[in-house]
Amino acid sequence: MTRFSAARRLLLLSSMSLALVAASGCKPKAGGEGEGSGAQSGPLVIGAFLSLTGSKADFGIKTQQGALLAIDEANAAGGVGGRPVKLVILDDQGTADEAGNAVTRLIDVEKASAIMGEVSSSLSLVGGRIAQRRGIPMVSPSSTNTQVTEIGNFVFRTCFIDPFQGEVMATFAKEKQGFTRIAVIKDVRNDYSIGLAKSFIETFTKNGGTIVAEESYNEGDTDFSAQLTKIKALDAQALFVPGYYTEVGNLAKNSRRLGLNVPLLGGDGWESPKLREIGGDDIVGSFYSNHFAPDNANEKSSAFIATYTKRWNEPPTALATLGYDATALIIDAMRRAKGEPTPAAIRDALEATKAFPAITGAVTFDANRNPVKPAVVLKVTASGDKFVTEIQPAGAVPAAPAAPAAPAAPVAAGSGAAAAPAAGSGSGAAK
Amino acid sequence: MSTFLQQLVNGLSVGSIYALIALGYTMVYGTLGLINFAHGEVFMIGCYIGLYSALWLGYDAAAAASFSPMSATLVLLLAMAGAAIVGMLIERFAYRPLRGATRLAPLITAIGVSLLLQNVAVLAFSANPRSFPSIITEHRIEFGGVTITNIKLFIFAVSFLLMLALEFFVKKTWTGRAMRAISFNLPAAKLMGVPADRVISLTFAIGSALAAAGGILFGLDQTKLEPLMGNMIGLKAFIAAVLGGIGNIRGAAIGGVLIGVAELMTAGYISSDYRDAITFVILIVILLFRPQGLLGVVRQEKV
Repeated sequence: MTRFSAARRLLLLSSMSLALVAASGCKPKAGGEGEGSGAQSGPLVIGAFLSLTGSKADFGIKTQQGALLAIDEANAAGGVGGRPVKLVILDDQGTADEAGNAVTRLIDVEKASAIMGEVSSSLSLVGGRIAQRRGIPMVSPSSTNTQVTEIGNFVFRTCFIDPFQGEVMATFAKEKQGFTRIAVIKDVRNDYSIGLAKSFIETFTKNGGTIVAEESYNEGDTDFSAQLTKIKALDAQALFVPGYYTEVGNLAKNSRRLGLNVPLLGGDGWESPKLREIGGDDIVGSFYSNHFAPDNANEKSSAFIATYTKRWNEPPTALATLGYDATALIIDAMRRAKGEPTPAAIRDALEATKAFPAITGAVTFDANRNPVKPAVVLKVTASGDKFVTEIQPAGAVPAAPAAPAAPAAPVAAGSGAAAAPAAGSGSGAAK
Repeated sequence: MSTFLQQLVNGLSVGSIYALIALGYTMVYGTLGLINFAHGEVFMIGCYIGLYSALWLGYDAAAAASFSPMSATLVLLLAMAGAAIVGMLIERFAYRPLRGATRLAPLITAIGVSLLLQNVAVLAFSANPRSFPSIITEHRIEFGGVTITNIKLFIFAVSFLLMLALEFFVKKTWTGRAMRAISFNLPAAKLMGVPADRVISLTFAIGSALAAAGGILFGLDQTKLEPLMGNMIGLKAFIAAVLGGIGNIRGAAIGGVLIGVAELMTAGYISSDYRDAITFVILIVILLFRPQGLLGVVRQEKV
């Protein structure tokens, strides 16, 4: 009997909360247009959703530090048309559910006119769909999965995309390191990891390399000995591990312990001091691609590094820099917006961005709202991560990328291979 | 061949940790008929207690080699003691008030306690992964194409000794006999003057201490801890206990090792995609064809 009444109460409660959610979902839609004009004199709100707690907290905290710096600088320079800019940051705990809640709250409760976030592609996909549906522009600082901006015309990003990152590491492995046999270990439940692995394998095999094994793991795994023992017998020269720092350090340790002493290669998900902390000396000598290397600075980025270091007592990471870039880009679009900086006007201004001087390289969007920018490769050393080389995007200028590829291409098949990625990105843009 | 042996060694090392945790599930089930789903979290807490006691004892990452074996033993003992207290507290405040309630009530409470501990751990230790101090310096030994570390050997030795000690305790001591009496018939044991509450509390303490030992061994081997680490490992250890025959101590040990080896062999020879799946396939198969487990006996219900 008691069980029944408890169940009924639960049903009642859940239906009530459903009704509430539905009501809160409807209300701002109706008042959306009126809202912007009503708050003309108040601060302009940029909403941010980031993982400030959870296993990827390091990503969110660094991005937040960059974003806050951009806001401070904008307000010191007079805000947007005399109005101050306010950054409201909500923690999504690194989970899809909370990311959805956070974006809805940023739009409905905080009245954000633009949204900045997330780092993880899986979460940007959740937030981006809501932003698109509600007509609020969103700029992801560092989500590299292609699908993120494919959501629609309100979603932008300030970083390069996964296929490019995979190409960069494949080119680096083949051309700069001379590797021909590589094993791939990917996080099978992570869109980012799967995307990088796919483009790496395509480019590497196209350039004549052999993928000796394609293994997988799950986020949170700590033991990789089975995969690595298998790979050890296959005579690989390097391992491509496009995962997050949370697992890669341990994977390096596991591999050295089994006597597999080859370098690991990875993507921007590696960047965190935790990588060295967990991986210890076993991760030293490995390489990863990233958006930004502090020791490859130009004049503008040196100034940023100095300000950032002064404010946060640590040098900026790539994620912090992208957080800064994304926020600065939104503010810049607010200033460039025609008429009132309404969400729609900000979106139009974002789309019209031409060579915005971001710290991680000038931002001009392609048809798919992805910036065309170079990537850097860093080496993990005992004294921190060091800049190794910069690799230009193949799609930037169609004529140029053929040149570096040409010496390695003996016959017509080579030029066919060089043309293919351009065609690939073309079809991606059409989507 | 050396690849196969290497996989076997890897599997045994993963399996011995499962086995240590499985013992806790099986002991509690044996005495109370309760599946303590918070056990994986006790493992996690044991691991963190180990981390903090190592820091408290002056562990310095830069001079890891100077950490004495004496202190390393102390870390193990502190973690085991701390986890034992946590286990007893869980029993006292979450399960004891529900003794005599339907079987479902404590089971649901166990899931609640598990979630509570996970989230408290996120608050207390932060969700960022930490690296476990290398309180024992790792040496790699090459042996006919198979690489093994002194830590893996240590894992085998400690798990084996602890399991032997437990077997002796349950079979030969007065308290062990009291445990078995309770598992056989709780009201009758009480009537015979067995201090049931105290013995049950002790069962939780011992099971939790073993989980903490598993936690320290795991930390030494895998070097990474995070608040949600007990989730999957706890689930797999539970399956190990079911495979061996829940309530049966030797069964838990054998089940743990079998699950560990099955996982690694699947990942090594079939596909790493199925590594976790195989454990659950084993669970389904065992429940279908031998629900009492490998070493379990069917107890006749008297009507």
